[in-house]
Amino acid sequence: MTAVATPQKPWAKRPVDRIREFGFLIAAVIFAFGFVAATEMKGKLAYAFIFFVAYGVFTSTFAFISRGAPAAKDLLISTLVSLGAVLTVLPIASIFFTVLQKGLPGLHFGLLTNDMSMATSTDPIATGGILHAITGTLTLVTLALFMSVPIGILTALYLTEVKGRFAGPIRFLVQAMSGVPSIVAGLFILSAILYTITKDYSALMGALALTILMIPTIARTSEEVLLLIPNDLREAGTALGGTQWRTVAMIVLPAARSGLMTAIILGVARIAGETAPILLLTGGGDKVNPNPFSGSVGSMPYYIWKAFNAGSPEAITRAWAGLLVLMIVVLILFLAARALSNRKVSQ
Amino acid sequence: MIQTPESEKEMSTSAQPSSLASVANAKQARTQPTQATGTGLEARGIHAWFGKNHVLANINLDFAAGSVTALIGPSGCGKSTFIRTLNRMHEFIPGAAMAGEVLLDGKEVYAPGVDVTKIRLQIGMVFQKPNPFPSMTIGENVLSGLKLAQLKVENKDELLESCLVRAGLWNEVKDRLDAHGGSLSGGQQQRLCIARALAVSPQVLLMDEPCSALDPGSTLRIEDTIRELSDSMTIVIVTHNMQQAARVSDYTAFFLSDGGPGEMIEVARTSEIFSQPKDQRTENYVTGRFG
Repeated sequence: MTAVATPQKPWAKRPVDRIREFGFLIAAVIFAFGFVAATEMKGKLAYAFIFFVAYGVFTSTFAFISRGAPAAKDLLISTLVSLGAVLTVLPIASIFFTVLQKGLPGLHFGLLTNDMSMATSTDPIATGGILHAITGTLTLVTLALFMSVPIGILTALYLTEVKGRFAGPIRFLVQAMSGVPSIVAGLFILSAILYTITKDYSALMGALALTILMIPTIARTSEEVLLLIPNDLREAGTALGGTQWRTVAMIVLPAARSGLMTAIILGVARIAGETAPILLLTGGGDKVNPNPFSGSVGSMPYYIWKAFNAGSPEAITRAWAGLLVLMIVVLILFLAARALSNRKVSQ
Repeated sequence: MIQTPESEKEMSTSAQPSSLASVANAKQARTQPTQATGTGLEARGIHAWFGKNHVLANINLDFAAGSVTALIGPSGCGKSTFIRTLNRMHEFIPGAAMAGEVLLDGKEVYAPGVDVTKIRLQIGMVFQKPNPFPSMTIGENVLSGLKLAQLKVENKDELLESCLVRAGLWNEVKDRLDAHGGSLSGGQQQRLCIARALAVSPQVLLMDEPCSALDPGSTLRIEDTIRELSDSMTIVIVTHNMQQAARVSDYTAFFLSDGGPGEMIEVARTSEIFSQPKDQRTENYVTGRFG
């Protein structure tokens, strides 16, 4: 007679374990409410904090009694780690829901097709729109991309492929540059180019400042991606009679393609919501400006800033709606970057 | 690099023209008619360094056109470094230095003004780990050398087929040349890399432990491939598998390092190395007493 084996998970939690865990959970909740009510503490954070402390103490005390000190420590630490995770997610979720809640009333059909040239801050929500801001941001990002992608990727190639004498200092400078405050980049372009040469707001001025901020992101991410390409491939290309340039162009860069796309998208996400240099350099016009090289141009961050400053209830709703659109755009970019970087190089 | 006087002296004594001639004759007799051209590859007094570390001392070894030479010896004795000096891949490593001469058809490979990419076209290489280009299809991988070196060829499809046939891979991939190289098994990938090396028609093919990552079946396929290729080109193969050396090679060279730089202890017909080696250390190694 052959015994029929049924798949089992002897390591899984038993029902009695689950019930006990749930009991501790309830006890911690009750304790938290009681404690907050009995003392001077107030607010949601107090409940959450007391709950976590109580849950950790209850479970680890039980573990200490039933299984000894190491098990208790283990449980205590895992409670602390969960607390850390929750504390990280809470503000992000809170921001997301606030923006969603306050921005939704500001959405309307004309939002993406109208600009603010014929509407003032006290007009009803349904008039005006963010066309000028979206086209302005697109112009800024496109110009910045055209400048920063070649420079950023060439810098990464110098650091990983050429490995020239200045690789060390350049790597250091690129890392230092990624910490440059955006207002500094804005003031630099303002004093070095806008005041002295063009003497006019334009998308190009804003894009130059954004390029300064974007290059380090692209260069560093690209460098990391290129370092992941196995040296075997470079050797194989060289051994087949390719010059270094042809090996890089035909083998290394194509192999790194999806990673480089991620680098570019991360760079775009870095600058899409950048505000300080935009305020200094673009003028923030309310009309769609088709000329990227001259004249005031609007953009999403500028639109939001301007609307909040206007202060009327309608304007503030407009600002939240603008925030919502900007957040969705940046979120989509990050998701795209993740999707691209998850697509592994077929090996 | 400056040649030391001692090594020059040894160099002149260790070349064995008489045995070389008999090599060529034996080869001619075995495979009629041979298509291999030129006078083959000669290494004269090769030394190699990585930084201050002297890894290879005074190697003198001739590879007759159309012969298969196996390099055997324990790990770390400089076999791979030696074959990488032959096609100038040694200089790819930062801190590398070398001394000595490599002659391809009598022409110095390291002479000033020599186009290093041409040398690597003439002396192809297959690596230990299969490394097909991940961004290319099987077909593109085979023809990638032409694109890399910017060579023109009349009939690409014909070349593609003949390279894959000679590498023993055609029947397995002829219906999926547009699939990615990474979709093949390890043994197939290695044969793809051999086909890729063949596409630029090298005179010499260097193989650095080409079967070390492969199962026995794939290994036998590649050994068949080596035997077929040996009619048309000179092959140098590094291997840790002595049965493999015995199966595929005409000549075997034994390398050894006793803590210092690697040296070549002995080179002879493969049958002699395995049956009556002149040096006690060679005998110890091939009989498995050490290494």
